[in-house]
Amino acid sequence: MNLIDDYRNPHRLQERLEVARRLATRRWTIMDVCGGQTHSLLRYGIETALADCMNFIHGPGCPVCVTPAEVIDAAIDLSQRPKVLLTTFGDMLRVPGKTGSLMQARAAGGQIRMVYSPCDAVQLAERHPDLTVIFLAVGFETTAPATALATLQAQARDLKNFAVLAHHVRVEPAMRGVAAAPSAPLSAFLAAGHVCTVTGYESLRSLAADFRLPVVVTGFEPLDLVEGIIGCLEQLESGRAEVENRYARCVRPDGNPDALRLIDRVFAVSHLSWRGFGILPDGGFTFREEYSLFDARRRFGLAPLSTLPADRESSCTAVLMGIIRPPECPLFGVTCTPDAPQGAPMVSSEGACAAYYRYAPPGATTDV
Amino acid sequence: MSDTDDPMAINVDVTCPLPRSHDAERITLAYGDGGRLSRNFVREWILSRFRNPALEALGDAAVLKSSGRLAFTTDSYTVTPLFFPGGDIGTLAVCGTVNDLAVSGARPRWLSLALIIEEGLRWETLGRVLDSIQRTANAAGVSVVTGDTKVVPRGCVDQLMMTTSGLGELFGEAPLEASRLQVGDAIIVSGPIGQHGAAILCARDELGFEPAPVSDCACLHVPLMALQQAGLQPRATRDATRGGVAAVLHEWCQANGVAIDLEDDELPASPEVRAVCELLGLDPLFLACEGTFVAAVPPALIDSVLRVLRQHHVSRAATVIGRVVASRSTPVCVRRAAGRQVPLDEPAGSPLPRIC
Repeated sequence: MNLIDDYRNPHRLQERLEVARRLATRRWTIMDVCGGQTHSLLRYGIETALADCMNFIHGPGCPVCVTPAEVIDAAIDLSQRPKVLLTTFGDMLRVPGKTGSLMQARAAGGQIRMVYSPCDAVQLAERHPDLTVIFLAVGFETTAPATALATLQAQARDLKNFAVLAHHVRVEPAMRGVAAAPSAPLSAFLAAGHVCTVTGYESLRSLAADFRLPVVVTGFEPLDLVEGIIGCLEQLESGRAEVENRYARCVRPDGNPDALRLIDRVFAVSHLSWRGFGILPDGGFTFREEYSLFDARRRFGLAPLSTLPADRESSCTAVLMGIIRPPECPLFGVTCTPDAPQGAPMVSSEGACAAYYRYAPPGATTDV
Repeated sequence: MSDTDDPMAINVDVTCPLPRSHDAERITLAYGDGGRLSRNFVREWILSRFRNPALEALGDAAVLKSSGRLAFTTDSYTVTPLFFPGGDIGTLAVCGTVNDLAVSGARPRWLSLALIIEEGLRWETLGRVLDSIQRTANAAGVSVVTGDTKVVPRGCVDQLMMTTSGLGELFGEAPLEASRLQVGDAIIVSGPIGQHGAAILCARDELGFEPAPVSDCACLHVPLMALQQAGLQPRATRDATRGGVAAVLHEWCQANGVAIDLEDDELPASPEVRAVCELLGLDPLFLACEGTFVAAVPPALIDSVLRVLRQHHVSRAATVIGRVVASRSTPVCVRRAAGRQVPLDEPAGSPLPRIC
């Protein structure tokens, strides 16, 4: 089986879209949690194809978008210190903090390098004993295991010149935050398939029950997404609110126990600030005490994560909560564009506003 | 080099032994400072490879004779790593400039070659790059007729940068311009897209893809001249370098006041490039090509143009990817799986891999 083409087959996709259309007897509102899903729904025209019978809200699952500006600013600050090499993922480089982006900081002399994995940063630390190599670690439960692994590698190799500026977030508290918001018109969740690959989905059962919302674990290819949507519609139309796995080729009920053990060994669950969202109870991870040597915040005397101010931007919060769609924001495409983002959902290509700007730009006259 | 081939090199060992004893493997600043070392460098490393009367005259400028109208272009080359699957900075420096001439409707004839070398570069590395330039230029039928060499202190450039300027003779009536696209024209690409960008990305960051994507780095003037000789004039041609095919199409739309529709399932990309793009969250339409051009072709000529292009190795996989349509607010759109036209944005900066 071809894992790309078979899940993009146009004929099969049309058939399944038709099934979805026939299932919907009223206009339900479905939230895709992950930025990758937002991107695919718009890129492949699925949202447009179903626009006549349902609403989509694009959730808070873009890790780049929800990283507070303060974290970027701290990374820039560190990159400008002597004998420091700051490393991070490629798409963090263009994200603006309050004092510019890492790319701008690099042009101004900051020591910054893109890596593909936190383990690459560990190797850099090994090769450059004269530098302190700091990895700016962001992302959900998908990237947290690799950061934990890198930390353990650095510990095993006794690398005192490796540190992590970590801002790892947990997806379920954000889903709870959205579901609990009184003004959010939410009917069902497409749960983030890749996060569930790590976490499994048992932990989502109480969410589905507490808020009486169907939660369907969903993948990222066009056919995966439509299957997830069909799963939501079947539950909604029959009055059920359960957790269902429509991404079974990747996701097991208990997720990836090895990855979960890695996270748990290095990190503890804690309250955390999300850009555009404020402080979320249990919203992320912080280093356990025994790994504090690798915590760049401690090593370099930065403010602890728990003290970061709530980073809320009212329109952005409304977008992330699904209260308004990106084009309904007065700033969208006017003063807020991907080149000059004013808020979290516009900063990364997987943010809801940036995805709309790209695939359904303001004033578009095509059928998007 | 072979001393017996080069009458000027016979005396090298007798009168001017190169002072390499302290570090014979690496280039020092002294080689860019003029005087004897520079002169020896030119003789031993340049003249030995690039033999033609204009260069061998060693004047301050090459004197050339042309039969008609000229096209003139220049480009600078910097790439990490210097050597990558499918080519190196030398092949790139020849192909890139040759292709700028070729898509402008000119037969490439003469090149300049300016080297900016970082102090400490290995002679062996420079030799390999110069060999590539020689091979690629010979195969393309262009002569390196003038040049310059600077050696700069360590850290001022990353190993080696170069600039090639190119002169070519127009082979058609008028140069090709991106100002005549018409609604209904077909958009053709000469081969699989995104090969060079993906190859560089994988080689630079040692991503370990198996098989690794190979750069498409190649000269394109032969199929373009063949079109001209067959009386098949595309409305416009452009090599899809930085920004990839997407950048070319956006520029054409802007310059012509038209829009372009692409068909996703007609976009040619190799399995290697697709795999890299899927894993890193990139789009082949945004990745650079160095041996692939885009052409806008009137509907009546499509079949003939494809037939001619497919007779040449570098354009054997030429195919139609879309159509020119009337102007609208989203200039370039792609019809993807769900059957809807989805806007394709204009590239801004190099594509960056995404987190997950």
